[in-house]
Amino acid sequence: MASDVLVLVEHIDSELTDTSYELVGKAKDLAGGWNGEAVALALGSVDTSELAADRVLKMAHPSLDNYTPEAWLEALHAVVQERDPKLVLIANSTVGMDLGAGLSGRWGKPIAAYASAITGEDQDVVVTSQVFGGKLLAEAVIDGGQGVCTVIAGSFPGEAGKGGGATVEDLTPPAALGESRTSFVTTIEPEGGDVDITESPLLVSIGRGIESEDNIELAQEFADAIGAAVSASRPITDAGWLPKTRQVGKSGMKVKPKAYLTFGISGAPEHLEGMRDSDLIVACNIDENAPIFDIAHFGTTTDLFDLLPALTEKVK
Amino acid sequence: MADMIVLLRQVPDLVEELELNDDSTDVEREFMKFVLSEWDDYALEEALLVKEASQGSVTVVALDDPDVDQVLYTALAKGADKAVKLTGSEEGWIDSHQRARTIASWMRNQTYDLVLTGVQSVEDIDGQVGMLLAQELQHPHVSVVVSVETKNGSARVTQEFGGGRFSELDVQLPAVLGIQQSRQAPRYAPISRVRQAQQAGGLEEVPTEVSGGSGLTVRRLYAPESTDHAEMLEGSADEVADKIIELLRSRGLIK
Ligand SMILES: Cc1cc2nc3c(=O)[nH]c(=O)nc-3n(C[C@H](O)[C@H](O)[C@H](O)COP(=O)(O)OP(=O)(O)OC[C@H]3O[C@@H](n4cnc5c(N)ncnc54)[C@H](O)[C@@H]3O)c2cc1C
Repeated sequence: MASDVLVLVEHIDSELTDTSYELVGKAKDLAGGWNGEAVALALGSVDTSELAADRVLKMAHPSLDNYTPEAWLEALHAVVQERDPKLVLIANSTVGMDLGAGLSGRWGKPIAAYASAITGEDQDVVVTSQVFGGKLLAEAVIDGGQGVCTVIAGSFPGEAGKGGGATVEDLTPPAALGESRTSFVTTIEPEGGDVDITESPLLVSIGRGIESEDNIELAQEFADAIGAAVSASRPITDAGWLPKTRQVGKSGMKVKPKAYLTFGISGAPEHLEGMRDSDLIVACNIDENAPIFDIAHFGTTTDLFDLLPALTEKVK
Repeated sequence: MADMIVLLRQVPDLVEELELNDDSTDVEREFMKFVLSEWDDYALEEALLVKEASQGSVTVVALDDPDVDQVLYTALAKGADKAVKLTGSEEGWIDSHQRARTIASWMRNQTYDLVLTGVQSVEDIDGQVGMLLAQELQHPHVSVVVSVETKNGSARVTQEFGGGRFSELDVQLPAVLGIQQSRQAPRYAPISRVRQAQQAGGLEEVPTEVSGGSGLTVRRLYAPESTDHAEMLEGSADEVADKIIELLRSRGLIK
């Protein structure tokens, strides 16, 4: 086993994602402790000049340009086999949800998913993962000190992964890439229109605690009274009660308003990913143990059905 | 036409308080309420939609999780054709690697085109079962899927990325899909029909051996440290409302 930490970087429209830099920064930190290298693997065409990894491995092939899980796993696995890194870091994104467990199964090494912290204790890899909807953290050791880790976006600073200076190596794609059973058809880009919640300085954000579509009016009235937009957690947009453009989180929008006021949102890691950097967060949730209170600046366990009308009344 | 297998799994109900066991390495499962993992519910719904659109069959399968019979009968009442319970697992936290191995050993004797399961569960710290299963069986896989359509030996799936971006992929069958959402809200099974299904019986029980493991050693579970816990606003709804408005006013965010 080598002592390297390998990061699979991701890109959208040929630009690296923020998380890619976060993971490379962490990889440098960890690899330093093990006297190994921080190695970034870039599949398909992407500008990696800003990455501060020790080494950047590039692999180009027509089947890697548009992401498919099968081709990317094939390529990643081939590189992992060849280089035998100590640890592989992948974002807990759609790509990471495909490839993290996929690589673990294929490579026969453990995976720790939903990681928010990783430390090296001598040769051991200790991972802290968010489980049970963020209500609990699990601290686990990867047996044998070698494996995969999928990491929640925003867990590490991105700055440490920036600055360039890596040695770049071009890799030969594995032959099996030509035999993929999965083919890319098309990309569907985000729809415009509706309110742009990323632009609104004030957001009143509702979750499953609102219970029904009719009750959304309670939030809308308060939002109107203070000049805010209404945003939501995923179950609300999944149910079609608000358009998808209002969804905050991992698979929705990333927002950073001056104030983010939540009503009936539990604070699952996937939601927090989209709003944790808001200047002021005030949370209303009847469950005092709801994880949203670990990130909110102010909180209340008042019932939202009492609080929202009271708020609207006061502002009017 | 597609013969589908849907993997279902019971998980602790997060609405309840989560207590820890004596050495804090697991939640205390003994008195806990368990519910069907919400993404598995979407997987079942999507499978039923595919069956309605292009015929075929739906088999639901689960390990012997707490209260799982009820879930399997509910699936039958919703329109699944067959329900299978894989027995022989110990009580407690069965990790994803064990689940995938166990289900794979049963699946090697089945015929099917498509496997659907929830994209994740709230306790799959060692990765998502669907993707591990796909490796065991060497099938292609796609996760975070929000729509499925089958035709002539392949499936066209929509995979979701963040911020409203999606891509469409064609996957040759057999394949494994991790479902994030179904095209419609999961249907409701009237209690009378669930009871009918229960009375008719017909849960197939298959003894299996759970093998392997995650390769992770969980040292401890703990609630996130409350060093940066929110400052709680106390009082009546009226008083709390006053305090929130004051927070906004003092920052010049509202007049
Ligand atoms: C791949 C993937 C991507 C995802 N992306 C996102 C995403 O982008 N955004 C997102 O939000 N989620 C996302 N999720 C879903 C996420 O895991 C959670 O399921 C979701 O965030 C939960 O939404 P919620 O907090 O509204 O609902 P719940 O978790 O059900 O919480 C409802 C809360 O309301 C409280 N409540 C109930 N009644 C009241 C009342 N009367 N007054 C006050 N409080 C009350 C309850 O105590 C509870 O805490 C994603 C999941 C996956 C697997």
